[in-house]
Amino acid sequence: MTLPLLWIIPALPLGAVALSLLLGDRLGRRGTAWLACGAVGASFAFAVRAALALAARPEEGRSITEVAYRWMQVGDFSANVAFLLDPLSAVMILVVTGVGFLIHVYSTGYMAHDPSFRRFFLYLNLFMFAMLTLVLADNLLLLFVGWEGVGLCSYLLIGFWYTKPSAAEAGKKAFIVNRIGDFGFLLGMLALVTWTGSLQYDALFSAAPQAFVAGGIAITVATLLLFLGATGKSAQIPLYTWLPDAMEGPTPVSALIHAATMVTAGVYMVARCHSLFQLAPISLEVVAVVGAATALFAATIGLAQNDIKRVLAYSTISQLGYMFMACGVGAFGAGIFHLMTHAFFKALLFLGAGSVIHALSDEQDLRRMGGLAKKLPWTHATMLVATIAIAGIPPFAGFFSKDEILHGAFASGHYGVWAVGLLGAILTAFYMFRLYVLAFRGGSRVSHEAEHHLHESPPSMIVPLFVLAILSLIGGWIGLPFQRGGHPFERWLEPVFGAGGAHGTMRPLSPMIEWLLIEVSVVAALLGIVFAFRAYLKDPSLATRLRERWPAVHRMLVHKYWVDEGLDALVVMPLYRASQRLWRFWDEKIVDGAVNGVGFLFEGFSVGLRLFQTGFVGTYALFLTLGAVALLLHFLRQ
Amino acid sequence: MSAPMAVPLSWMLALSGVVFVIGLIGVLVRRNALVIFMSIELMLNAANLAFVAFARQLDSLDGQVFVFFVMTVAAAEVAIGLAIIVNVFRLRETVYVDEINLLKG
Repeated sequence: MTLPLLWIIPALPLGAVALSLLLGDRLGRRGTAWLACGAVGASFAFAVRAALALAARPEEGRSITEVAYRWMQVGDFSANVAFLLDPLSAVMILVVTGVGFLIHVYSTGYMAHDPSFRRFFLYLNLFMFAMLTLVLADNLLLLFVGWEGVGLCSYLLIGFWYTKPSAAEAGKKAFIVNRIGDFGFLLGMLALVTWTGSLQYDALFSAAPQAFVAGGIAITVATLLLFLGATGKSAQIPLYTWLPDAMEGPTPVSALIHAATMVTAGVYMVARCHSLFQLAPISLEVVAVVGAATALFAATIGLAQNDIKRVLAYSTISQLGYMFMACGVGAFGAGIFHLMTHAFFKALLFLGAGSVIHALSDEQDLRRMGGLAKKLPWTHATMLVATIAIAGIPPFAGFFSKDEILHGAFASGHYGVWAVGLLGAILTAFYMFRLYVLAFRGGSRVSHEAEHHLHESPPSMIVPLFVLAILSLIGGWIGLPFQRGGHPFERWLEPVFGAGGAHGTMRPLSPMIEWLLIEVSVVAALLGIVFAFRAYLKDPSLATRLRERWPAVHRMLVHKYWVDEGLDALVVMPLYRASQRLWRFWDEKIVDGAVNGVGFLFEGFSVGLRLFQTGFVGTYALFLTLGAVALLLHFLRQ
Repeated sequence: MSAPMAVPLSWMLALSGVVFVIGLIGVLVRRNALVIFMSIELMLNAANLAFVAFARQLDSLDGQVFVFFVMTVAAAEVAIGLAIIVNVFRLRETVYVDEINLLKG
């Protein structure tokens, strides 16, 4: 059988970056767009080919490792640039390249008038390279390379419009907050190397059960450190604050990096290391609780935001919380399933929001939208699909994956987590339909100027929306419940995660209870939707009345629980002041003083020595003579 | 013809020293590069004289051989030195060394 050529999947976008750098602006806009989209499209084709090759193999053989080259060999430790294709990474590369390709195409329309068109696609392709390296890596070290790479691209793209101070600030914030998580990740990797001697997945996972006492302190600390990395990259409590600010970047970036792909890297990493986490039940509990808390916390903030992208950002944080919740209760397959469906509908939501923003001449405030359904029919239709999908109404994609997560939480006995997840689902349905109603229904609140330029987006933007809408509709059908031996998606991931019952924590539920759970979650979603329609369409005074009834709650939500302000006061400002002191004292006085002091010293010397250099040959000859005489005298004296 | 009167070594060395110091003073006080050059030749030849004197005194050929080396080197040095002086003159229209002082600190 021919090898699936794994290295070429990340190499293609990197090649496009190199080509774009070499050719510069000679490519022109059209050439740049073709190059960028072509590379990612080709990557997608290779990913499909690789996945098909994988599927053609018998179940035990569904793991292909390809060593591109030996990276380092230090004593017993070795790390290779090696790629691993297994059912999990196959899902990831398909999602990354597939959704990535659609977003690239969309960007050619969205960014058409931007002066830095080429730079945008350069960064976007670089991101694809890093992300694909991350998911295809066959060891944690190479994963970390991709991990840092996507972090860098995220920084570059959030601050893409770097002349805007808020964008530059947001980029820095994302980068610095992620450093904290990365620090944890790095320490976690060091702990794993110390105890098991390897970071290569196979070796690591097979050595771990012997190297660690199950449930012991060592493995718990190591996995919690890894999870700290995941909370940074995937925007969970306590490191989530960077993601809402990241909305300063161009909207396709928000869709690709801050919704569909990069932020799911933490979920992927936890799922990839599931056998480590299963050795540390406490860590798993922490993952589940943090995930559930984040899901609810972010959803409540999403209730009161007025910026269309910020609502989506908090929604992303909340949905990522669901994925961690799934991982925490041991339903890793459900987490990855939700990762996939979320990539479809959240990318669609962001791209739809981008289309709205584009149409309204860069208006992002929901209070100045309304009644756009007729003006933007395609955007409206696709957005509606995505909104229903995220709210969790069957047969749309989000329903199946979210239901599976709640099912997993219930079946593993995490009733508290399940209840929080259910409450989160009501809130999700509510704030998403609030967004939908405020933007597309009711009377128009669009400003006069924007109204004048109002137009539906070009085909390059609408077609990706359409494809994603179809995926948001049918993407969940791969995981229909009530199938013998699990649904196809679960069976596909079985070689990685083991069969559903193998975790030991999952009790099979009777079909009756399963039906009941489904009904409860659908009712929850409907409740949220109906309430959103009532409060924002039928009876707009209801929302106002609620606000007036509990002003404190409303203020708290609008201000996002003052987390940013609190962190500012507790962490950022003290650090800032301390740094400033160090700068004034240590840097300016000591370091600069030392450097300048050395300079002054030599300047003083040279002022004296310069007198000898008269430039007259006679003087030099005289010194020569005097020297010779001195030497002569010296020898004569002996 | 009677046997030549032996000139004592000390006389020859004294002559060599006097010539050397004349050359040295010439180098130090004269401004014309050509004269300085000639003064250097004077110093070299003073050294040659000392070599020859010692060779005779010690009945050894080593000193004589050294003189040939010194003369060869002096010839080479003159060739290059004169070329430099000619070039300096073309560039600056002077060979006075106190007017050629760009190399000062």
